[in-house]
Amino acid sequence: MPEALTVSRRVRDRFPEAVLTTHQFRGDDTVVVRREAVKEVARFLRDDPAMAFNVLMDLTAVDYLRYPERREPPGPTARFEVVYHLYSLEHGHRVRVKIPVGEGDPMVESLTDLWPAADWFEREVWDMFGIQFLGHPNLKRLLMYEEFQGHPLRKDYPVNKRQPLIGPVN
Amino acid sequence: MTGPLQWMTTKLDAAVGWARKFSIFQYPFVTACCGMEYMATACSHYDVDRFGAGFPRFSPRQADVLFVVGTISHKLAPVLKKIYDQMTEPKWVVAFGVCTCTGGFYDNYATLMGIDTIMPVDVYIPGCPPRPENVLDGLIKLQAKIQAQHTGTPLGTSSGASAASAGLHA
Amino acid sequence: MEHVSAPSIPATATPFPSAARETKDLWLNVGPAHPAMHGIIRIILQLDGETVRGADVEIGYLHRGFEKMCEQGGYNHAIPYTDRLNYVSPLINNVGYCMAIEKLMGITVPERCQYIRVIMSELSRVTDHLTCIGASAMELGAFTVFLYMIKAREYLWELIELVTGARLTVTYCRVGGVKADLPEGFAERTRVALRQTREVVKEVDRLLTRNRIFVDRMKGTGTIAQADAIAYGITGPFLRATGVNYDVRKAQPYAVYPQVRFDVPVGQHGDNLDRYFVRMEEMEQSMRIVEQCLGQIPGGPIQVDARGRPSTPLGTVLSEAEGRVEGRPIEAAEMVDEAKMGRIPAIADTSPVTDPTLEGSNRPFHQRVNAPAKRAVLPPKDDAYGNIEGLMQHFKLVMHGHGIRPPKGEVYQAVEGANGELGFYVVSDGTDKPYRVRVRPPCLPIMAALPILLTGDMMADVVPTFGSVNMIGGELDR
Repeated sequence: MPEALTVSRRVRDRFPEAVLTTHQFRGDDTVVVRREAVKEVARFLRDDPAMAFNVLMDLTAVDYLRYPERREPPGPTARFEVVYHLYSLEHGHRVRVKIPVGEGDPMVESLTDLWPAADWFEREVWDMFGIQFLGHPNLKRLLMYEEFQGHPLRKDYPVNKRQPLIGPVN
Repeated sequence: MTGPLQWMTTKLDAAVGWARKFSIFQYPFVTACCGMEYMATACSHYDVDRFGAGFPRFSPRQADVLFVVGTISHKLAPVLKKIYDQMTEPKWVVAFGVCTCTGGFYDNYATLMGIDTIMPVDVYIPGCPPRPENVLDGLIKLQAKIQAQHTGTPLGTSSGASAASAGLHA
Repeated sequence: MEHVSAPSIPATATPFPSAARETKDLWLNVGPAHPAMHGIIRIILQLDGETVRGADVEIGYLHRGFEKMCEQGGYNHAIPYTDRLNYVSPLINNVGYCMAIEKLMGITVPERCQYIRVIMSELSRVTDHLTCIGASAMELGAFTVFLYMIKAREYLWELIELVTGARLTVTYCRVGGVKADLPEGFAERTRVALRQTREVVKEVDRLLTRNRIFVDRMKGTGTIAQADAIAYGITGPFLRATGVNYDVRKAQPYAVYPQVRFDVPVGQHGDNLDRYFVRMEEMEQSMRIVEQCLGQIPGGPIQVDARGRPSTPLGTVLSEAEGRVEGRPIEAAEMVDEAKMGRIPAIADTSPVTDPTLEGSNRPFHQRVNAPAKRAVLPPKDDAYGNIEGLMQHFKLVMHGHGIRPPKGEVYQAVEGANGELGFYVVSDGTDKPYRVRVRPPCLPIMAALPILLTGDMMADVVPTFGSVNMIGGELDR
């Protein structure tokens, strides 16, 4: 769709040094951005009138530990990617923004001051993947209990490893 | 003990059992999808009120049957145990749905594999979710169990041996 | 006796001078096990008397590891897990997930299948709204409304059971199609069920809409401003009640929604009463969609043999004129070669006699509702039992290590769930197991905004507000 091309191309034109790559697949428009520039790019996407992405639909992460080969070769092969799905009510277009995050320092700036929707989504990413969000007002576990050790959706967390509060382990 | 006294306690047991089984005050501890079938069983089509069990008591102090409906996660298990402990004797537990019987197909880090790991269960109703007819069948089995229970110490004796022979309800 | 004069009371003093009083807010735990908490949510309220000053919401009590479980099996293995996400409208979840995988693979399903999916989705949407309004009315004390709504839901569940075999956890859609075609007489049964449902909805409307108590409790409570709703990422009836006309079925139409006419109700004030009205009207619109689809759906299974030719006795070769040789008996080896080319009609046209329980999975039934995509869809049972190509296709899709293998990549597919935009983000690594399946739960942003909804209202308003949120634990905690 022509609009989709415009979004990722505009972002790349505006932030040439921050954008690692863009691609379209099955009608979805994706931009991979450097971690340091996420706040700037997000602000541009929200405030620019031609972009007007006022809804943060989804914020999640993917752990690429067991992925056969990475699709985007440029840039360091990072273990995690934080994925933002944005939608514009005015123009009706969508974009996906991905931030590669390394295993050594899994930290990204929080976007809660741009979209309050990011609050709980980021808490869930912290809970499930262990990626910290700098500047988040209340970064604690959302779905698991506080005594739980580890981050369950990481690929190296075995699916059956239980840490019960009461009752037998298995 | 012999003769007429035994006949009287048997009749008393039967009468108390009859009264108890037709006045079940249930505590529906509803968490997940089975709750929908619980609602369907409790409502007009498959009316559970005709068994005398139509009045849920939402306080554990006032209830005698704990219907555990839906998956119990490890985060919720201590809460469930507390509810069970807060109920007063005589009390029964019904495991409604296969997630409460054995954990269902959620064999992972988050789910309790059956509530009988933390509390004694009287009736298991499998199904994902069980049809209302299954639920009513389970309820009838529970009623049979309630009817068959002996109540209290035999009249006039307090020795352990006769208490055992009268089948004291633990 | 001494005269003790009464202490002089200054004229302007109040009976309880506030300077001498120190108040603290009460922290009330509306705990995980609570009748009005639809399952399991913990709300910690900061109360000043009866007024709510602040709220903190704790979720996660039904976290069942949906996303992790999806990574353990094949693509079709995840469909039962998707049923149990929003368990009051399971078909919408099924459809969303299957559409995401089909988008990833580039498969287009036949039109009849799309109509079936839309019909079942809309029936699910009606059951969801029935349950939501019924439960929230019950919590306000209108128990009869709950009984009526559940009665209407039973009519629809009987319909769903007719088609899918199960009332609640249906697992009906497959990647590339649906499990089975609609049964005979479905259209008539649906019309009867919808007529009965409309009567029930009308009765409930008479009971609630002008009911002084109901309106007083719902009007002006749980208000959220439009800007807040958008900023929190809220979608669905919640957002529409604040005045934003956003519906995924209209904004990014999928399946056959462009071909049916329906309206999207939009509210004004963003309070509980508007949400109630939006949901009531959406039920009517969903029923309208179902009726239009029943009228427009392309024809049912073709009752003819796949090649439309009468079968001839075994051992005869067809005439050369149409690629067939008539009448003469031939050598066994030559017959085997001819049969491999498909020129022995008696062999080419036969179908194996399959078990009656597999009826509906035969060729004409199966092919009307499944895409002709060999890499994703199981063959009809005549082929699986009848010829080697079908057997191989079945094997390749079912055995471990084989199965549906989408290309490497990721997609996001959004459908309109009953609570809002239900999104599936699927990452594939080229193997037969999904690498990552993410559900964008529509009620998570609403629950995140719950403190805003509750603050300023009274304690008793927590119940209708929370009821109109329609929090479904399976979707929220996954």
